[in-house]
Amino acid sequence: MDRLTLTDLAALLRDAAGSDEGMPLDEAALDTLFLDLGYDSLALLQVTGIVERDHDVALDEEALDEAQTPRAYLDLVNGAPDARSAA
Amino acid sequence: MTAPAPTTAPARTATAAVTGIGIAAPGGVGTETWWSAVLRGHRAIGPVTRFDASGYPAVLAGEVTGFEDAAHVPAKLLPQTDRVTRLALAAAAEAITGADIDPSALPEYGMGVVTANGAGGFEFGQRELQELWSKGSRYVGAFQSFAWFYAANSGQISIRHGLRGPSGVVVSEQAGGLDAMAQARRQLRKGGRAVLTGGFDATVCPWGFTAQLAAGGLSTRRDPADAYLPFSADASGHVVGEGGALLVVEDGDAAHARGARVLGTVEGCAATFDPAPGRGAPRLLDAARLALADAGVDAADVDVVFADAAGDRDADRAEAAVLTALFGPYGVPVTAPKSLCGRLGSGGSALDLAAALLALRDQVVPPGAPVGRLADDCPVDLVTGAPRPARLRHALVLARGRGGFNAAAVVRAPRA
Repeated sequence: MDRLTLTDLAALLRDAAGSDEGMPLDEAALDTLFLDLGYDSLALLQVTGIVERDHDVALDEEALDEAQTPRAYLDLVNGAPDARSAA
Repeated sequence: MTAPAPTTAPARTATAAVTGIGIAAPGGVGTETWWSAVLRGHRAIGPVTRFDASGYPAVLAGEVTGFEDAAHVPAKLLPQTDRVTRLALAAAAEAITGADIDPSALPEYGMGVVTANGAGGFEFGQRELQELWSKGSRYVGAFQSFAWFYAANSGQISIRHGLRGPSGVVVSEQAGGLDAMAQARRQLRKGGRAVLTGGFDATVCPWGFTAQLAAGGLSTRRDPADAYLPFSADASGHVVGEGGALLVVEDGDAAHARGARVLGTVEGCAATFDPAPGRGAPRLLDAARLALADAGVDAADVDVVFADAAGDRDADRAEAAVLTALFGPYGVPVTAPKSLCGRLGSGGSALDLAAALLALRDQVVPPGAPVGRLADDCPVDLVTGAPRPARLRHALVLARGRGGFNAAAVVRAPRA
């Protein structure tokens, strides 16, 4: 599975939340809460759907709830087993 | 500055004073733009451009042209809003600005949003359905969960403007705009300070057209000058339009206390529902009579009627009979600016309300499109082509929604 990079995540969130007014999603923001970056749970939900589909992974819902910073989210996605092999 | 203390008695006879209007409709984005287009008799009906309608039986629509989404809708909301919600957001901002009202200065639950919508986010929903059926459920986005929903307009407007008072959505198709206003007035009479109300619909997309074709009533003519001719001997159906209007309506006393400019008052509202076909007569006349009684006026006090104007021979005949029963043949100026714009679904009667208020402001009856020879069974003094200056005190607005909804409202010029 391709790793999801911070740049990938930033682009997905921009598409989902249409924000060019929020804080930039760069290295300095890795441990900032999504909410503080201007991305709410809906934007995350939208992005997660795309990530799961395009990276063919199944992300645990409870773990997702707790992954509230870019670093935590990327760690979760990149550490997840493939959907194919998860069965 | 603190908000004035609420009155102690329930405001059951509160006057509903309109203090702001926002419009996004075929002919213009913005109230004055749209109004001047109507006064010029500008026909905003034309061949569909929003999708390729060449294979459809109906090829015309009233479209809102020149609407720049990014100019009216915050970037964050673009991915999660259908066209109808974007149009509604634009009109909401205009109405609130025009009313010069600051929701944050009102009591926390003092201002709500009640809008009418019938189709919801059709274009958005169609795209998601296409993804679902062509690629599978994993390609349906999260925003579909609410962007399709007919309450999305009320919801997004409420969030954006911080309108936390009693809110909702009314679904009665073309009658919705009037029914939403009636509900807004009920809220004022329960002690609400202000309500943003009105209606919007936008169904100019393949799915929307297919649905409306299935429901019937659309003209299949290809000439925009010929397709939607209310009360005409040559009526052949109507043309679909997108858009609508929103209005800020306030408790009259509160509006005056804060020095608001009152555009007019909603004096009477009524709604009735037709019996099942074959089980009795339609009840538009009852709705009109109830609205007049609610306003405490007689038909003689009405100076202009904004007609439902279905553009269908049977429906036109029925409406003409209502007008004759109330006013006598050719007994009152009647107008249907919607013949310039199309039937806007839930936006239609809201736009008619706005037009009625503007007519009262400017003391002029706006024209509808020229319709040729009127049908013999429609003895109606229909104003077409050019506006007609007149002394206007009260306007009666009529609306019939698909499925049997009837609504009527009486609006009055502000007291001098």
